[in-house]
Amino acid sequence: MRRTATPVTGTGHPVTVSRWSRTASGSTGVALVVVLVLAAVPYFAGGPAEQPLITLLTFVAMAAQWNLLAGFSGLTSFGQQAYLGLGAYALYLVAVHGVNPFAAIAAAALIAAVISLPVSVLVLRLSGGYFAVATLVIAAVFQIVATLSPSVGGTTGVTVPGLGGYDPVLRAALIYWATLAVAVISVAGVFLLVRRTFGLDARAVGSDPVAAASTGVRVGRIRRLAYFAAAGGAGAVGALIALQTLYVEPTTVFSIQYSVDMLFMVLIGGMGTIEGPVLGALVLFGLQEALSSYGAWYLVIVGGLAVAATLIASRGLWGFAADRFGWSLLPVGYRVRHPHG
Amino acid sequence: MTWVNAVIQGLLLGGQYALIACGLSLAFGVMRIVNLAHGDLAICGAYLALVMSSALGVPVWYLLPLLLPIAFAAGLVLQVLLFGRALRHGVLAPVLVTFGLSVMIENLLQVAATSDPRGLNGGELALASFRIGSQITVSWLFMTAFLTACAVLSGLQLLLSRTSWGRKVRAIADDPDTARLVGIRVRPVFATVMGIAVATAALAGVFIGTIGTFDPYQGTNTLIFAFEAVVIGGIGSLWGTLAGGMALGVTQVVVGQANQAYAVLAVHLLFLAVLAVRPNGLFVSHQAARQAGALG
Amino acid sequence: MTGPLLEVTGLDVFYGDFQALFGVRLSVAGGRATALVGANGAGKTTLLRTIAGAQPAAAGSVRYRGRDLTAAPPHRRISAGIALVPEGRKLFASLTVEENIQVGAAAAASADWPLRRIYDVFPMLARRRGQRASTLSGGEQQAVAIARALAAAPTLLLLDEISLGLAPRVVGELYRTLTALRAEGATLLIVEQDLRRAMAECDDLVCLLEGRVALAAPASAVRRDQVVAAYFGEGTRRAAT
Repeated sequence: MRRTATPVTGTGHPVTVSRWSRTASGSTGVALVVVLVLAAVPYFAGGPAEQPLITLLTFVAMAAQWNLLAGFSGLTSFGQQAYLGLGAYALYLVAVHGVNPFAAIAAAALIAAVISLPVSVLVLRLSGGYFAVATLVIAAVFQIVATLSPSVGGTTGVTVPGLGGYDPVLRAALIYWATLAVAVISVAGVFLLVRRTFGLDARAVGSDPVAAASTGVRVGRIRRLAYFAAAGGAGAVGALIALQTLYVEPTTVFSIQYSVDMLFMVLIGGMGTIEGPVLGALVLFGLQEALSSYGAWYLVIVGGLAVAATLIASRGLWGFAADRFGWSLLPVGYRVRHPHG
Repeated sequence: MTWVNAVIQGLLLGGQYALIACGLSLAFGVMRIVNLAHGDLAICGAYLALVMSSALGVPVWYLLPLLLPIAFAAGLVLQVLLFGRALRHGVLAPVLVTFGLSVMIENLLQVAATSDPRGLNGGELALASFRIGSQITVSWLFMTAFLTACAVLSGLQLLLSRTSWGRKVRAIADDPDTARLVGIRVRPVFATVMGIAVATAALAGVFIGTIGTFDPYQGTNTLIFAFEAVVIGGIGSLWGTLAGGMALGVTQVVVGQANQAYAVLAVHLLFLAVLAVRPNGLFVSHQAARQAGALG
Repeated sequence: MTGPLLEVTGLDVFYGDFQALFGVRLSVAGGRATALVGANGAGKTTLLRTIAGAQPAAAGSVRYRGRDLTAAPPHRRISAGIALVPEGRKLFASLTVEENIQVGAAAAASADWPLRRIYDVFPMLARRRGQRASTLSGGEQQAVAIARALAAAPTLLLLDEISLGLAPRVVGELYRTLTALRAEGATLLIVEQDLRRAMAECDDLVCLLEGRVALAAPASAVRRDQVVAAYFGEGTRRAAT
């Protein structure tokens, strides 16, 4: 979609304002091919390839969702694990009532999103660091409630039913495809949401909510929408994790580690871009593989890199590349093009 | 334990929460930084006290004249090297940096000290208690923690209202740009404020470690309780933080008396209730909370 | 001393991509009062803030008593002797009158202006010294803002729109105070919306138009209609300096 505008000052040559580019069309095509190839993995590569890809794709989904919150809406939530755990337990509860576990993923996402509504009324009263700690409180509350509920096994946890009837190879493939679907929906969903609904507004809200509000941007609406969507997304991820591990227990499913991972991926990859979180997920995946034998040192390094990224390379790896080379595979903003280039 | 005992216990516990919280509140009021590593710094204080106490073989109280200046210096360094720079990178940067720092601290402690729970040597004080009437027993440790909190809060209040440094701090809290304009050097003030915040955190950590046990990952929960005390009492009010802490403490102990498993949940629910009904806290005006920048 | 007290040359100031000042040149001689006039948005406040160090300059220089202060932070400029009374007063709301004044001495150039002397100039403030600054009337708040700048013991006092929102009688009192300060040797640079008052109270006149100097002359050497022309940008007349 292009628009032509006459600039206020200067020569009077019309400039074109575009939201897309040939590169973007090309990269969307490439992305589609990649997704198709990934979808075919169970056929040509099988089990050994699926497991690491499931980890990576889960990272991609989480990163895209956290970027929607922090990168595009200025909501630094360290409590997404609340909805992750909620999604896992919701999957269990729905599956226990006989629903097909894979269909239950959508139900879990919906349940998480709906429960986030009253929560958002409370926590969205706060901003910045205060909001961040409030999200920690919410996660703590959800965890305690799970621990105190005998119907979901209390501190011991529960096993996810309904998967026994599947052939193991098929089951693994179905989980893989479900993870791929959630990852693709997360990235595409955030992209469409930011482009269509938020537009430029999201970046404004993220970088300076007060200034944004003063120009009429509906800051509150964007924050609420982002929180709702991210909660649903986390619910879906939690449901996937429940299906993968077949066991839901409070301390693992509400772990703050998920937030640490999300923070790292989005900071390293690039806040406020669509491509950044995907890159960040790749980096985290690689780091985890490389440093897996180092125990707690791995987390010290992750934390340190996150701090360094914020202070030194605040636009992340992708942001740096985008600034330096003008790359933009999936643009969400506007480009002004002068007639001579 | 009787109900009266529980309430008194809870009120005194409030002092501990206030002690942890006052540094958080001060840093936010002056610099608009919510230090998500604040709880971890308190636990660091406990570990440092452990190391020194084991090395020298004395109860932790004798180590405070050494521990607190170290903590103050650590706060200065953190502000100059990390937080001050984070402030220049936008509104979200301090939140991200302090969270990353929190992850680093917790895992460094894990590497250094393993996740075994530890306790501090509180000497005679940790064991002593006194009675009021026939029903009420008060531990001297709890009482000391409470009195220390009151002393620290009073000291901070005096520093802020009577000294030239305090005037500068309050001016910066009101309007940092104009403060710079009239010649106040903001960076040194920020550094000293953070130094005080970390020193109070370390002091609180010593009490935490003496009264109970501590482990590397306890910082996050400590932060949450400190934060809740600040919000319940009212953002921007030091004495409000004490009131908030006492509300927390009483809730925790009284509910715990009935059913220990629900104690912490009750505290969180109290916080959420205050957030729902009186988001500015129980003791602060809406204007002050808005001015303090905590409201979205 | 030889040369002007304050010398500003070729000053360019930007707010992001927006250029507010274009190569501004300004000289203020010691002991004189210079009025800075111009329409809203002409750049008067920007110029004062840049001289005071609250705004960085993209190009050009600010020299004071021969020293180059272009890159100096505000506290160093105050120590050098420049103090600004900002537009809108900008008092510290939670501080008392006396505390507001005391805080102004944070980087003071000398001890020439202790509280006692300030209260001699502003006796009504002495009566209200323990009151919170936000509880005072507009005129009193303006007096506090000036007093706060005086506490820095400046040799150059910059005043931005001190008559804003105040009754003429109150403004008259403030200007009488400024005259008294001038009698003691202070140098003033005053942004003033009221042209009549500017021309009556000041020795020199500088008029800004859209970020550029449109007119710079002694007040006695220009007529009001010349100033108005420069104010609104009619023609390109410049009176002899």
